[in-house]
Order: sequence, then structure tokens, then C-alpha cells
Amino acid sequence: MATNATEIWSEKEAATTGATESQIANYTINFGPQHPAAHGVLRLVLELDGEIVERVDPHVGLLHRGTEKLIEYKTYMQALPYFDRLDYVSPMSMEHSWVLAVEKLLGLEVPLRGQYLRVFFAELTRISNHLLNIGSHVMDVGAMTPNLWLFELREDLMNFYERASGARMHANYFRPGGVHQDVPLKLLVDIGEWLDRRLPVLFEDALSLVVDNRIFKQRNVDIAVVSKEDALAWGFSGPMIRAAGIPWDIRKSQPYDVYDRMDFEVPVGTKGDCYDRMMVRVEEVRQSARIMKQCLAEMPEGPVASLDRKVVPPKRAEMKQSMEALIHHFKLYTEGFHVPAGEVYVATESPKGEFGVYLVSDGTNKPYRCKIRPTAFSHLQAMDFMTKGHMLADATAILGAMDIVFGECDR
Amino acid sequence: MTSPAPLVPARDGIVDDVKAAIGDAFLSAKDAVGEVSIDVARERVADVIRILRDQFEYQQLMEIAGVDYPERPERFDVVYHLLSVTKNHRIRVRVTTDEDKPVPSVVPLFPVAGWLEREVFDMYGVLFDGNPDLRRILTDYGFSGHPFRKDFPLTGYVELRYSEEQKRVVYEPVKLAQDFRSFDFLSPWEGAEYILPGDEKAPQQPGAPTPLKADEVKK
Repeated sequence: MATNATEIWSEKEAATTGATESQIANYTINFGPQHPAAHGVLRLVLELDGEIVERVDPHVGLLHRGTEKLIEYKTYMQALPYFDRLDYVSPMSMEHSWVLAVEKLLGLEVPLRGQYLRVFFAELTRISNHLLNIGSHVMDVGAMTPNLWLFELREDLMNFYERASGARMHANYFRPGGVHQDVPLKLLVDIGEWLDRRLPVLFEDALSLVVDNRIFKQRNVDIAVVSKEDALAWGFSGPMIRAAGIPWDIRKSQPYDVYDRMDFEVPVGTKGDCYDRMMVRVEEVRQSARIMKQCLAEMPEGPVASLDRKVVPPKRAEMKQSMEALIHHFKLYTEGFHVPAGEVYVATESPKGEFGVYLVSDGTNKPYRCKIRPTAFSHLQAMDFMTKGHMLADATAILGAMDIVFGECDR
Repeated sequence: MTSPAPLVPARDGIVDDVKAAIGDAFLSAKDAVGEVSIDVARERVADVIRILRDQFEYQQLMEIAGVDYPERPERFDVVYHLLSVTKNHRIRVRVTTDEDKPVPSVVPLFPVAGWLEREVFDMYGVLFDGNPDLRRILTDYGFSGHPFRKDFPLTGYVELRYSEEQKRVVYEPVKLAQDFRSFDFLSPWEGAEYILPGDEKAPQQPGAPTPLKADEVKK
């Protein structure tokens, strides 16, 4: 064909306006909210110049459920399951911030075994989250196989979740004061076995397909480079700020539970591009496995939750035997416990970054206000400047390397 | 052993130093459960946050939260959470405002504040003076009202469904199949204000009238 579309268009233009030369105006396309690479319900309004992205306007809130308002109408224990439903890819990490915030206001001590179990499952959750993110990021830029292999590993982790808490995803396992119930010894043995035998083999196998792959590197290296200054100004956290070269990890700097006893390293990126962000997560999986092994080696025997019966309800068997336990059980499951008036901001290192809970208590059995600090909000907001000047196809790579889940972003 | 919450090392004399640096913008300060919060004058909040960023190395703005206290004349709190990655410390800055008085925007200092302020505006209706893009962010297109205010009902006012006749989504007033139930399990001897149903001894709500004595009965 001799004439392409542009020439036809300009001929038409010339015929109607009398101009001999014409300019192609920028145009706008809609990406999502139902798009497989949008990682949920994200709507991006992209302003394009040819295939170059000029401006990105993310429209969020399509999954807004008013979690924070719902929590104001629930007791402190009833509010916990809402956290599973925030970042449904890493439920227990979300619970972690909440129970720590409540414990901080209560000034509640947690037995050592409870703390070890929480760290253990928080790291298991981190691996599970990164497996999903690495897999889907790799798939967004064109590779199918690693995603399937990593999902197989994630399936194992879901089964471990189920054996610990009874649910594959919405675990509702942590409690203010510890965890809900002890885990069977066989589960710990199986997880130890899995960490030794299965994870290293399958994980390294899947990654060997992409890490040095030329196509994968072409899609990721030098894409969306973020400087240290930008990372600070835009409120980055987690793998995003570490990829930019700032060694900031709340588990190290402001340790909670037994992280101060753990021996692990914090991976840091050198360039701050999509490839660095992905590789930081890859290394974090290895470090999390290391922390989990330490937990298995060091975890003491003992109670898994505080024995303060004004906060932690007694077990059912005890309730059937003792009048006092029955009273405590009844009061805690109807009225709940009272939290002293005050305010706290507790942030933990969730797999995606700093996940914070700002809790205002008025001294009753329900929170006065619970503001949840999502990680995705600041990361997604930065998408505009990160994508500017890149090709349209890079938008999915950038989004994939950000690790965004809309349950958490929209709350 | 205390609670296992994240251990933020105390920063000695931070309140006095900040007080000296920000001068009359300082209203009060609180250091409770290991967290420092500073109340400042609303008009000066952008200056205070600039001073905290430039002189005290609080490089990151992690969060802006709104809180509603409907009984106060200035009903809203706007709470800024700052983090220093070099000094490893967090600080909280608080201003109060109401529906009409705008809070100076901190977008020129922290670009991340753009969406955070939009969220507070969306949820509480707090105005931010200087925010270049103060649109709603989390609620639906065309939503009206500010859902996180304490006087906004939990159920909202409208619900939507897909109408098969009109082939589009339609909005209708909320119809609850069962009345909204708000359970209040606060122990009556710990400060409940309400009268229990059937409480005949409650002062405001007498039970059945006391029967008249024989000689009081009209003959």
C-alpha cells in the first residue's frame, strides 16, 4: 500500500483546512479498570504522544469499601478480619500492624513464642507475596512459565496458612496479645522441609529463566529510574525505596516482635529501575527464608498469647471448666476489651513497604478512628513521573514492579 | 519487657528544639507512649513542616490523616506523620480546622501530599489551599457528601445496581431489609448513658404507676 494512515489523514486535513502540513495531536487512552495487567481494578487515563506516555492519571477507589469507617463500628477484635481483606495477597502482614498498634496502646506484653510465631508467619507471608508479585511482573513483560512455577510454590504456602489458621487466605490468625492458637509440630517440620528442599529448587529454577534473560532485561533495565531524592519526597517505602539505594527497612531500624534477634541482610538497589525493584524482592525471598529458619531453630515452648484474661479470651476447653473463664469469654466476645485513650501510629515492614495504622482510642471498646496507611497510595501516585517519556508497553512493567494490590490501596 | 511494637529510639530534646525553631506557630506538644506529637497553628503548618524537613531531617511525609470530633467548634484534626530515615525518628504534627477554613497545602514541599490531601478532602471535606488537583479520589464519580464524618451514616444514602431495563447502573436510596443495628455492649456500670429497656428504677423513665392507696382512691 502506497499511502499509510497518516498520509490519508493529512490529505484529508489539507483538503478541509487548506493546510499543507498537519500535526498529530496527543490522544488519551483508557487503561483498565478491567485489564489483566492492571493488577486489580485500576483505571489509568494515559495521555500519549504516539507511543510515548506524556501523562498518567491513575483513578483509584474502585475497590473502596470504607474499611476505616466500618472499623469504627466494631470492637478491637472484630476489626481484625478487615485487615486480611486489605492486602489480600499478604493478609498476615496487614494483621501485624493492627495487633501491634492495639498492644502498644494497651501496653500489653506478648509471650516469646507468640512473637516468634508472628515473625515466622509474617516472613512466610512476605515470601508468598513476593512469589506472586515476581511471577505476575514477569508475566506482564512477556514470560509465562515462571509465573506458573511460582504459583505452585504459593499454593504450598496457602496450604501452610490453612493448616495454621484454618483459612487459605483470610487467615485472621494474629490477635492482640499473640496469635489465636498454637501450630502443630508437624506443620513446623513440614515448613522446615519445604524451606530446605522445595523453595530453593523451584524458586531458583524459575528465576534462572528470567534474571539474565536478554528480553527481560531489555524490558526492565533503565525503566522508570527513581533517584534517592525522589524516593524520599514521594514517600516510598519497602522494596521501592531500597531499590532506589536507601537502606531503610523498618524490621532493622525500628524492630518489632523478635526481629531484633534475627540475623538477615537488607538488599539495596544500585540504579533504582524496574530491574532493581524486582531483584530486591528476589533477594528478600531468600532473606525471609533465612529468618524463618532462625525462627524454627530458636522458637521456645510456652504460651502463644498473653495470659492477661482481660484482653485475650480463654480457650474453649478452659471455658467449659471454669466459671471465671466463662465470664471472661462472654465479656470479651460481646463487649470486648477497653483500650486506654490515646493515639499511636504503628508502621511495620509489610512486603510492599511501610504499612501503618494510626489508631485513635477514646477509652471505649471500639476505636474512635483507625487510619490505615497504604503503601500503594504513594507508589501509585509517583507513577505519573515514573512513566513520563516511556513507551506505552513500559507502563505495565512499571506497574508490575510497583507491587500494587487494590484491596490495600482503596481500603 | 513491654509491648512488642516497633521500637523508635527517643530523640532527646526534640520538642524544645522544634518549639524554639517554629516560634509562635507552636501551640502544644505531647509525648505519650513513645510518640511525639506537636499541635501547631493552622496557617503556619506548611512553614512548620518545611522547618521540620530542612532543619530536623524529617525527609518523608508518610501519612496525612483526618479525624472528626463533631462536638468541637473546629471539628477536624488534620494529622501529618513525618519520618526521618537518617535520625530514625517519627513525629506527628496536628492542626485543627472546620468545613470552611482551608489548611495550607504541603504539596510544594512533599509531592506525595497531593493524593493524601485529596483523600482527606474526599473523606472529610477539609479544604487544602494550594493543592493543584483537589478532586475526589476514593469515592465514586459524582459522589456527594463526605463519608468519614461522624454524622454520615455507615450505610450511606444511595446504593447502586445494574438495571436490566435501562441497561445501565442506577442509583437508588438505600433500602435496608432490616433496620441498622448498632450494638452497644458497654457495661452499664462503666458509664453507659442509655436506659435499659424495662428498667423501672431509672429516674427519667418511670415504670408502671404506683397503685394508689385505698384512701386515695376517688369514691
